[in-house]
Amino acid sequence: MASQEILREEPSRGSFINDPKIRGIFFQAVVVIVLVALVWWIAQNVIANLTRLRIASGFGFLNSRAGFDISESAIAYSSDSTYGRAILVGFLNTVIVAVVGIITATLIGFIIGIGRLSHNWLIRKICTIYVEVFRNIPPLLVIFFWYSGVLAVLPPPRESINLPFSSFLNQRGFYFPRAVWGDGSWLILVALLLGIAMAWFVARKARQRQMATGQQFPVFWTSTALIIGLPLLAYALSGFPLSFDYPKQSTFNLTGGFQVRPEFLSLYLALSCYTAAFIAEIVRAGIRGVNKGQTEAAAALGLRAGPILRLVVIPQAMRIVIPPLTSQYLNLTKNSSLAIAIGYPDLTAIAGTVLNQTGQAVEGVVIMMAVYLALSLLTSAIMNVVNARMALVER
Amino acid sequence: MKHIAIGILGAAALGLVASAASAATLDDVKAKGFIQCGVSTGLAGFSAPDDKGDWQGIDADFCRAVAAAVFGDGTKVKFTPLSAKERFTALQSGEVDILSRNTTWTINRDTALGLNFVGVTYYDGQGFMINAKKLPGVNSALQLSGAAVCVQSGTTTELNLADYFKSNKMEYNPVVFEKLEEVNAAYDAGRCDVYTTDQSGLYGIRLTLGSPADHVVLPEIISKEPLGPAVRQGDDQWYHIVKWTYFALLQAEELGITKANVDEMKTSDNPEIKRVLGQEADTKIGTDLGVSNDWVVNIVKAVGNYGEMFERNVGSGSPLKIARGINALWTKGGLQYAPPIR
Repeated sequence: MASQEILREEPSRGSFINDPKIRGIFFQAVVVIVLVALVWWIAQNVIANLTRLRIASGFGFLNSRAGFDISESAIAYSSDSTYGRAILVGFLNTVIVAVVGIITATLIGFIIGIGRLSHNWLIRKICTIYVEVFRNIPPLLVIFFWYSGVLAVLPPPRESINLPFSSFLNQRGFYFPRAVWGDGSWLILVALLLGIAMAWFVARKARQRQMATGQQFPVFWTSTALIIGLPLLAYALSGFPLSFDYPKQSTFNLTGGFQVRPEFLSLYLALSCYTAAFIAEIVRAGIRGVNKGQTEAAAALGLRAGPILRLVVIPQAMRIVIPPLTSQYLNLTKNSSLAIAIGYPDLTAIAGTVLNQTGQAVEGVVIMMAVYLALSLLTSAIMNVVNARMALVER
Repeated sequence: MKHIAIGILGAAALGLVASAASAATLDDVKAKGFIQCGVSTGLAGFSAPDDKGDWQGIDADFCRAVAAAVFGDGTKVKFTPLSAKERFTALQSGEVDILSRNTTWTINRDTALGLNFVGVTYYDGQGFMINAKKLPGVNSALQLSGAAVCVQSGTTTELNLADYFKSNKMEYNPVVFEKLEEVNAAYDAGRCDVYTTDQSGLYGIRLTLGSPADHVVLPEIISKEPLGPAVRQGDDQWYHIVKWTYFALLQAEELGITKANVDEMKTSDNPEIKRVLGQEADTKIGTDLGVSNDWVVNIVKAVGNYGEMFERNVGSGSPLKIARGINALWTKGGLQYAPPIR
């Protein structure tokens, strides 16, 4: 009986200590407890010290009047707005520069990346030089290059360079006429949306027809005609409701029109050029990663160079390209915080000012970290969806 | 990025160095052997490194005066250059012991930010500077509607600017930078029409521009900017030492005690001078404060009295040539007034 009990106990006790599953759970639990305890300890310390130093704390300050002005704002903002709204303005400015930066960097990156694989010696070398120059300079210097080196040598406002379409270029930025939408201009928007919807429908039908009959349909030209033609038609029908507000010379600056400030321009150009160099390399790696046999097989089927690239190589290259591309998009978004050096009012700059005016450093830094984290996770999530759609579908 | 680093550092320091920060600042300072003094990143007359890398200016000298009071040696100071945005976090987190950085005293900074301002070492007001060559015919700030204005972020200047243009129903275009050098460079390059900061600062900055003679400071003063040193709350002894160092500088000027005559003055028959210089028998003024009894002698030997400090750094002895004006002693029609040392 005794021996039986021992026999029963031995393996169960042994499995409790040696069971990798239980052991795994145990160590994970320990790590979680230690982490929670650490965070709790830091939080307690911060609260205790803030109270002792009589520094105001909490997020109530977000509802107080900000009192400072911001040069660029996508939403209505004045010095009477709240700190919370000021931070929102900064956040939107970061999003704007990140989004247009990502689009431009991707375009330049794909062109340069494909250019590096060109059979033309000159194009190949120019693209190589571009990559090596921009990849090896710190982004802050690229920003200064655009801000101090390129934009600062432009003429003062009174001697603006005249460009076509009543646009002007000077030290204070790039000015162009601003569209003023009159009555009935909603019709143009409706026509545009209709055009896009119809183009999508045509493309779908054409693909189905090609699948079924092998006949091709000029989708590109039809879509272009629909997307441009329909709004133009609506514009004419609604009695030309569009007018323009032209930039004019006043005492200090050009007023009226739309102004793109040099701070935005240099940040945008610098981030685009810098990140494009990395994207170019990723694209090149992606295309190189597609087996040569694929190209040869496509050629053997009778496809020409353009369709081979578009239909065979790039779809496969995208699977290699997208994951590292996501990292570059995240880098660009985070690098936009270098805006502080040239005074573009992004999230870091404005949250920093708020932090300084209110003295609430801990809250300010927490907001900044939370926003950048959320923005990065969102970008990753979007790119993961794209990646999932591009991934190899096994049939 | 640097201010984020400081912010995180500050948050971390607030969180982790609980015991170190709660000890008396005087003991900490004595233990490490020097005072850590927060100054500007370079503002002529207030705190700017000279060609040998030594910090010069009223604000820098004030820290030397405190070091002289504590250690009897005005050289026991280390300077930390801080941008406008970094300064309060640096003081709150204990990175610096004194913030002597042309900082305006406001109620918000005394209450919500947990600081204690010790006094006003320089009474200033906000002004505007323009390039008269590029903008002939502008001779008043009220003509500035539509202008692009360069300003440093995180300052009272930024707030006053918004208030002034709003109350006068004028438009403007803020061009905001974090660091003084960046504002200077942008203004010099013509990125903005107007430069606004404390008027004393404008005179100092004008000297550093490409062609100083082209620039004029407009007559309007749009705000009160009482600039003074600040310390952390919660340490009354340190607050008193710094505050009375400032008063001692004023008192020395009032009594005619200078760097040159301080040793002779020790044997003066005037009981007030004897008392201030700690020559009274069984005096406890200095030791009650937490420093030696000859603290005022040490201060004056290190930096001179307030008047000498002023003239040397921003007044007739400096390139700035700013008149004493309201910064004169109360006996000469100014605002500088010290409670009695007794």
